[in-house]
This record gives sequence, C-alpha cells and structure tokens, in this order.
Amino acid sequence: MTTTSPTAAPVAAPGWRRSRRRWVGWQFIGPFMAVFALVFLAPIAYSIYLSLFRTQLVGGTSFVGFENYQQALQDPLFWEGLGRVSLFLVVQVPIMLGIALLVALALDGGRLYGKSFFRISIFMPYAVPAVVASLMWGFMYGTRFGLVGNLNDLLGTSIPNPLSPDLILAAIGNIVTWEFVGYNMLIFYSALRVVPQSLYEAAEIDGATQWQVVRAIKIPAIRGALVIATIFSIIGSFQLFNEPSILQSLAPNAITTSYTPNLYAYSLSFSGQQYNYSATVAIIMGLITMVIAYVVQLRGMRKEP
Amino acid sequence: MTARHRRALRGAALLGVASLALSACSGSTDAGGGSGDAEAVDTASVLEEGGEITVWAWEPTLEDVVADFEAENPNVTVNLENVGTGNDQYTALQNAIAAGDGVPDVAQIEYYAVPQFAIAENLTDLGPLGAGELDGTFTTGPWTSVQSGDGIYGLPMDSGPMALFYNQDVFDEVGVDVPTTWDEYLEAARAIHEADPNAYIANDTGDAGFTTSMIWQAGGRPYQVDGTEMTIDFTDEGTTRFTEVWQQLIDEELLAPVSSWSDEWYQGLGDGSIATLTIGAWMPANLESGVPQAAGQWRVAEMPQWESGAHDTAENGGSSLAVPAASENAELAYAFVEYANAGDGVQTRVDGGAFPATTAELESEEFQAKEFEYFGGQQVNEVLAESAANVVEGWQYVPFQVYANSIFNDTVGQAYVSGTTLDEGLAAWQESLVAYGDEQGFTVNE
Repeated sequence: MTTTSPTAAPVAAPGWRRSRRRWVGWQFIGPFMAVFALVFLAPIAYSIYLSLFRTQLVGGTSFVGFENYQQALQDPLFWEGLGRVSLFLVVQVPIMLGIALLVALALDGGRLYGKSFFRISIFMPYAVPAVVASLMWGFMYGTRFGLVGNLNDLLGTSIPNPLSPDLILAAIGNIVTWEFVGYNMLIFYSALRVVPQSLYEAAEIDGATQWQVVRAIKIPAIRGALVIATIFSIIGSFQLFNEPSILQSLAPNAITTSYTPNLYAYSLSFSGQQYNYSATVAIIMGLITMVIAYVVQLRGMRKEP
Repeated sequence: MTARHRRALRGAALLGVASLALSACSGSTDAGGGSGDAEAVDTASVLEEGGEITVWAWEPTLEDVVADFEAENPNVTVNLENVGTGNDQYTALQNAIAAGDGVPDVAQIEYYAVPQFAIAENLTDLGPLGAGELDGTFTTGPWTSVQSGDGIYGLPMDSGPMALFYNQDVFDEVGVDVPTTWDEYLEAARAIHEADPNAYIANDTGDAGFTTSMIWQAGGRPYQVDGTEMTIDFTDEGTTRFTEVWQQLIDEELLAPVSSWSDEWYQGLGDGSIATLTIGAWMPANLESGVPQAAGQWRVAEMPQWESGAHDTAENGGSSLAVPAASENAELAYAFVEYANAGDGVQTRVDGGAFPATTAELESEEFQAKEFEYFGGQQVNEVLAESAANVVEGWQYVPFQVYANSIFNDTVGQAYVSGTTLDEGLAAWQESLVAYGDEQGFTVNE
C-alpha cells in the first residue's frame, strides 16, 4: 500500500491540481466577471450592435454596416456640437481649475480665518444636484422676472440676456463652474495636505518666499491631482447634457436639439426614434473622449519625477 | 393638433403607413364591431375585479373624473400623473416604451402625435375592446384622427377649434377694439405695446403647433401626404400670408419673449402683460385653473380673419387618451378611457371647462348656453362650437409630426432670436423634414 501511493500520486496530482486551480480561479473571478460583463461590456456591445443597423418608419430594420458612422462623420450638426463643447472645454475648464487651485492654496496657506467655513461653503454647490442648480440659475438669468431682470429694474442697467444665443454657452459655463469649483478644490486641497511638512521647513530655512513655495513645492507636488482633475473636466465637458437640457425649456431657440453631442444623441433617440444613429453618435463621442483624455494623461504624467 | 382634414379626407383610402394617420371612419367599424359585444360584458367584471392603472395626462379636468371613477369602482386605483405637456410627455413615453419599463396604462396623446405612435405599434387597438361600437359618438375630425388603418388607437378627449381669447381689461384700458382681422391685430399689438412697454398682445417664442395652425387657417397646405409619398412645402400662398404679418410682429418686437406654459406665461396672462391668446377651445379649463387671479377679465371671440368677413378657423391641439401597447392592464385601462371620454366623465369634464369631442355634448343646448363666471358670464361655448363648425378643410400633418415639432425651434425658432426671417426658418425646417422623411423611407418631394 505505501509503495503504490507514491507512484500513483505523481501521475494523478498534476492533472488534478491543475484543473482544481483553474476552477478556484474562476470561482474568485466569476462574480466580478459576471457583473463586469453585464454592467460594462453588455451595454457597449449592445450599442455597437445597434449602431450597425438602421430602423425606418417605412421599411423596418436593416443591416447597414458602417453607414451610420460614415453619416455621423459627415454630419454638420454633430461637428457643431463637438466644436461647441470643445470651446467650452478650452475656456471653462482652465477658469474653473484656476479658481479651484487658488482656493485650495488659500485654504492650505493657513492664513485664512474660518477655514472650515470657507471649505464647506465652497464645496456646498457640488452637493446640489445639477438639475436643481440649472433650474435655479435659469430663474436667476430671467430678464423679466429673474435676478437679472430685478437688477436691471433696480439699477437701470441693461445687462444683456444671458439666455440669448450669443451668451448661453457662457451662462452654462458659469453654472458648471459654480457647481464644480468646490469638487476640484477638494481634490487639490487633499493633495496639498499630504505634502511633507519638512519641505516647507527646508524652504523656510533657505529663505523662500510664499510664492516660491507655491511654485517650487506645492504645484509640483499636486501635479497628479491636477492631471486627474483635468481629465475629469474633459470628460465632463464632452458629456455636457444636464445644464443645456434643463435650460432648453427657458431658452428653446438658443439651445438647439443638437447643442451638445450628448443632447444630440438624446434628441435623435427620443424625438426622432433614430436609436441606431443615436448609438453611433454616442460611440464616436465616447471614442473621441477616450483619446483626448488619454493624450492628456500621457502628456501630464510624462515629466513626473 | 387635432382633426387633420375632416370631411375632405373622409373616405379617402390611403395606402401604407401614412394611412395609419389618415384613414376614414368606415375602416374601423368592422375591426371592433364583432368582438365588442363580448368585451362589453367583460368590462363590468374587469371593473369589479379592480386593479391599479397609471394615467399620464396633463388635462386638468381629469382629476375630477378620476375621483368619480374611483368612487364608482372602489376596487380600482387610478394613479394620475402629469409628466409634462405635449412633447415633454411624448419624450417620456417614448423613453419608457424603449426601455420597456414604467410605461403608463393610459396616456394623453394629441391628435397630431397619434400616427407616429401608431406607426411604431406602440398603442393598443381599442376596437376589439369596445371602441368599435362608438361610431357616431364623436365629431368627425377627432374621430378620424385617432384611427389608423383598421385600428382605433385612442378615444378623443377634447377638440381644439381655435378662437381668440383676450383680456377685456387691457383692451378697455388702451381703448382699442378687439381685432377681427389679422391686420387689425397688428394695429392692436402696436397700440397695446405703446401704451405699456411691458405689455404685449401675445407671447411667442416659436411654437410649432401654433404656427402650423395659423398656416392652416390662412389656407396653407404645407404637408400633403398620400400613403408613403408626401410633399412638404412652406412656400405656398397661405404660408406666406401668415409669415408676412407675423414677421412684422417679430420685427417690431410686439410679441412677449415668453414661452407658453412657463411660469412667466401664467404670470403674464394674469397681470395683463399678455393680452390675447389665439388657441384651441380647450383653453378655458386651463385659464381657470392656471390663471385664477384674472377671473372675470378674459373673453372669447372669433379668431381674427385673413379676409374681412370670412369665418375661417383651424384646429389647435386637442388630444385623445390612448392605451400603450405595453400596458399590462389594457382592459381596465380601456374601461377608464371609455368612462372619461365617452361615458359619465364627459359631463364632469365639460363642467370643469373642457371642450368635448362628443357630438351629444357639443350640440346640446345646455352646453352652448352655459355661462362662464370666469369669462364674466359669457356663453363661451357658443363661440367655440361655432368655430368647430368653421374649421378649414383639407389640412394634413406628416406622420412624424412629433419629431417635426421637436426640431421646430432649431430652425424656425431662430427667427425669434436672430436675423433669420420666418420664411428662411421655415425653409430650413422643410429641408430637415425632407431629409428625415427620406431617411425614414418615405418618398418626399419627388
């Protein structure tokens, strides 16, 4: 008996162990894979599937291959929307991140009285749902009964209508800035808190000014946070939807149904019943966002020590 | 918008998809007639058995109808939800249908939108449930509007022959007569705005339903649909007649830049800064509930005319109650719809100020003679019933009017905020619609 088992074991063990190992691995990864496939992969796969078809009111559904993509790449409405959110990105994001950085530095500087009060009140707008914020600002923008109207009546000024086609993008930028300065401030502030105190002490011994401390220590130290916040903002800008969608009811002629790519995809799908084309626009927009965010990340991380 | 082309199209047998929108009354009788008797028995037991249904509607008088219906049928619970007016609701409905979840059992759908939902097979054919037996219950226009092919996709709830609602106090103050032609209307607009720079004769920020109804009254026929073939042309005489006058109102800034159904709009109707509404006959109930502060100030007159002495009107809005195909309780839903639109609910709604689509109520003396306290005791329904009889025939909508209206502000709306003219805006609208129609498989302008 004792002699047989050693001979049997080497033969059986590898196969048995290998199959067991494989099974255990799947057991661990299974639940995650199931959820991952269901929640992440399936919707993307379904969108891609949808984008390859075309459903018509007359004629039903037919397979069209990449025709929808071809159409989208030549669609002036899509490119106009993309241009608009790009402009938004280039102007609004630097302003918002600049303010957030200033506030974070001020809070971190330690010379501010009522630090926690400022911290919480600047962060507060982020806790207001975007829909509520847009409604609130929309009412304030009103030139007849809104705050702008009241100011005009009171001061005899004629502040131009923020809901007019020329100013509406700036008006949206203002809402978004108001909403997200606090959020970005918090990212920067928490990054600043972990800068080792010894660096500041060393700087003090060397006789560095506050400005030099900011430039040479603080900003390089939070470079990672800056890149992350920028990437979030790029994604947020390209996905701009809530604010224009809410303001549309107040300024129907200023915000068209294709004002931003996301709004365009929404209108295509829910007013035009062009689900296939809508999926195509969404996929193209997703790809563009991914590429730009990735480029920014590569660029931003390159010089990191 | 209701009653696309009434008598003119009766009997016209249209082929293909668009026939959904347009087919005549005769088609539907056989669809529902046979099975109707069997189902009629069921209705009582369905009500007895009870259940819960969700109704999406913005019609204010339905609240009382729901209360009565629940009182009469204690086992039934009706959840009345207002998810938005017009397009907002259609978007929500489309959304729910696409998601296959949260679809209501009953939805208010304006006549112009019925074909689009019917084409997509989103609505239950009510013929077999009992609607097949209701021939003759409703006025012709609305009744044809809810039929598509062989199916009946909703029961008419109200109709919207247009009239001029005006604030008598404003006209008295300014000292101008209530306009009977559109030229007089333009003059009155100038006078009112001159007397008070904050007051306007009307509000308008570009409203597809209003614009198409105005073109309808002016004799324009921009949409001509025949089966899957159609022409879309916003350059005909009737259309330009309208744009000529309206362009002047826009250019001289005589229209309040306030969107209908907004809070500002209700305020404006209440404080006299919006002096008139050219709108469908379903408006009295909305005025009473939405603008209580102006009680006694409003009156109703015939719609201003394009030629003095004429009596042309058009339909504006008006809606049906339909049962979405995804409803799991279609029989109970239909029982409610029939109660509200063809049963006891009609009188309740008429009492609440609604303008019915049922012949019995419209023609009754009691209805026409009713004095409206809100309108200073005026017998409003007389004017409105008169308007119903004077609707210009031959109007058609395209079978994707919901989409068309959704992009109205992208194109025509630009005339209200930029240097674009109405004519240019309409041309841009036309271009978009032709492209959409082609894409959807229709033959447009060929």
